Amino acid sequence: MAKVLMKGNEALAEAAIRAGCRAFYGYPITPQNEVPSYMAQNLPERGGVYLQAESEVSAINMVYGAAGCGVRVMTSSSSPGLSLKMEGISYIAAAELPCVIVNVMRCGPGLGGIHPGQGDYFQAVKGGGHGDYRLIVLAPASVQEMADLTFEAFDLADKWRNPVMILADGLLGQMMEPVKFSQKEPLAVEKPWATTGARGRRPNTVNTLDIVPESLERRNYALADKYSRIAQSETRWQEYKTEDADLLLAAYGTSARVARSAVDMARAEGLKVGLIRPISLWPFPSEPFERHHGKEFLVVEMSMGQLVEDVRLAVNGQGTVHFHNRLGGMVPTPREVLVKIKDILLGGEGQ
Amino acid sequence: MPKGRVLIEVERCKECRLCVNACPFGVLRISERINSRGFHPVEAAVPEKCTGCTLCAIMCPDVVITVERAS
Amino acid sequence: MKQVFQRPESLTDVQMHYCPGCTHGIIHRLVAEAIDDLGVRESAIGVASVGCSVFAYDYFNCDMQQAAHGRAPAVATGIKRVLPDRIVFTYQGDGDLASIGMAEIVHAAARGENITVVFINNAIYGMTSGQMAPTTLLGQKTTTTPQGRSIEANGYPIRVSELLATLDGAAYIERVSTHDPKHVRQAGRAIKKAFQTQLEGRGFALVEVLSTCSVNWGMTPQEALDWMRDNMVPYYPLGVYKDSARKEEAAHD
Repeated sequence: MAKVLMKGNEALAEAAIRAGCRAFYGYPITPQNEVPSYMAQNLPERGGVYLQAESEVSAINMVYGAAGCGVRVMTSSSSPGLSLKMEGISYIAAAELPCVIVNVMRCGPGLGGIHPGQGDYFQAVKGGGHGDYRLIVLAPASVQEMADLTFEAFDLADKWRNPVMILADGLLGQMMEPVKFSQKEPLAVEKPWATTGARGRRPNTVNTLDIVPESLERRNYALADKYSRIAQSETRWQEYKTEDADLLLAAYGTSARVARSAVDMARAEGLKVGLIRPISLWPFPSEPFERHHGKEFLVVEMSMGQLVEDVRLAVNGQGTVHFHNRLGGMVPTPREVLVKIKDILLGGEGQ
Repeated sequence: MPKGRVLIEVERCKECRLCVNACPFGVLRISERINSRGFHPVEAAVPEKCTGCTLCAIMCPDVVITVERAS
Repeated sequence: MKQVFQRPESLTDVQMHYCPGCTHGIIHRLVAEAIDDLGVRESAIGVASVGCSVFAYDYFNCDMQQAAHGRAPAVATGIKRVLPDRIVFTYQGDGDLASIGMAEIVHAAARGENITVVFINNAIYGMTSGQMAPTTLLGQKTTTTPQGRSIEANGYPIRVSELLATLDGAAYIERVSTHDPKHVRQAGRAIKKAFQTQLEGRGFALVEVLSTCSVNWGMTPQEALDWMRDNMVPYYPLGVYKDSARKEEAAHD
């Protein structure tokens, strides 16, 4: 299958359709608009349903309804829209409904801007809605990954009966790169729990209310158990030139692309630098950080410092964790990261 | 032989009296007994006057009353 | 003796938690009877809202989903769009539908979403112990309008049926009451017609059912029915506010 030059948002939408997504409920917000318009253009003629809801709040609740019927369903939005979806996402996680939720992040807070940002990390991985729940959060760093991770997200959602979030940003969404689409068959999963009409069976109920503490606690522990099993088998990351590295960069998404260039530039100057790139932000990949205890670390983010906290937790005091960031939609440059690398390795500048 | 008959699931009755008020023939009344919920369930005081008109059952919020009518 | 009135099959055997005399129970029965009469129990998917009727998923004997407060019309839309041949209905109170969920119900109606909405108007928030709702009458005392609802502070109660009837997507809208057997029977007919509207694929159908809340109104169940008749019905006139079927017939005549 030949490679196609495509925008990240459109590659993501195409991959979703190929993964068997049969319903998309969206709402306009920059910089993810190509996703709903691609779906509006392509989903109906390929056996799916497209609907623009009256708000992101309604859209996520439409997802709840369709997911409760066992249909592969997706929604996408950008940062402010995700804030509106938080209650619905908590419900979906509590009801253990499989679906894919895309956040093409933009800079914030408030209305912020329409340029890329990574300020929704906490919201995505720590649970921006109420109560204890987790989303499997996957962070693409290329148009190819926008497609591949979205395609896989649907299988993960069904496999674990859990919502999966694709955490991208405006740069990944808007840029074009060659992409090849997976030929894999989507995972087929039985959904006897789905509300499809109680024909020849007892009625099914999709519900998150439980006012009996003993049984709600059991539900919570069951979720906790599922989350630990997910962590054991779905954690994923990529390491680049880390084997002999004295300094490990840590970054995801667009920041990882920049960090990778900085690693190459540093290596060209004989500096032993590597990159750990989390792909699953939840479950967080602690192992590569533990394996490099005692080294120096430099986290690169487009936020005030969110991923850096999880890196500090993983490093657990066994090494200094430095931090470099840009905000407001500014994207860090490899050159400025290289300056920081030299400060750390050569300048002896502490954190 | 009365024209109709009401069957009452006394454990479900919440003594709201709507059936008593709806019955045009004064068939029903609140009993002295107490059910497991602590309510005095309704009972047919004058069953022979029942015509099976179902007005009581129509007003019962807990669907406690089944009605039969002589065929 | 022949049985002439019994529990409908589409009601489960679970004892309802509603307060003594609460007309929610009557309306649940009417919905279940409509589903039985139309023979659609096995293809029905109900959406319970948040309020006293949040436990409706325990009471209706069909597939149910429990929606976030105000979002039942969106959940129902999400279901109906992917399962268009199922019979999808919501059961919502006035706080759920006319306050936090107003955008959802207006847009579901504007889209002509082919669902059936059973809207319970009891002029108060019941489950949370008696606060003012969008349909609370002027002068009506609640825990959040202790001196009685005033225009200056709280504006006017909303007539939802009239509001939604202005939307072309609405195919059938009727307001009914439950204050006596005659009106309960009429409510039953309206609810059945609203499900029929969906079966015929005509679009959005809603029945607004005036209902009591004796505990939070501070009355006996019978006093509440009478208060509803004497105070709510005048402000919320009963009747059919939209019926695309009749309009069609008129067009043919």
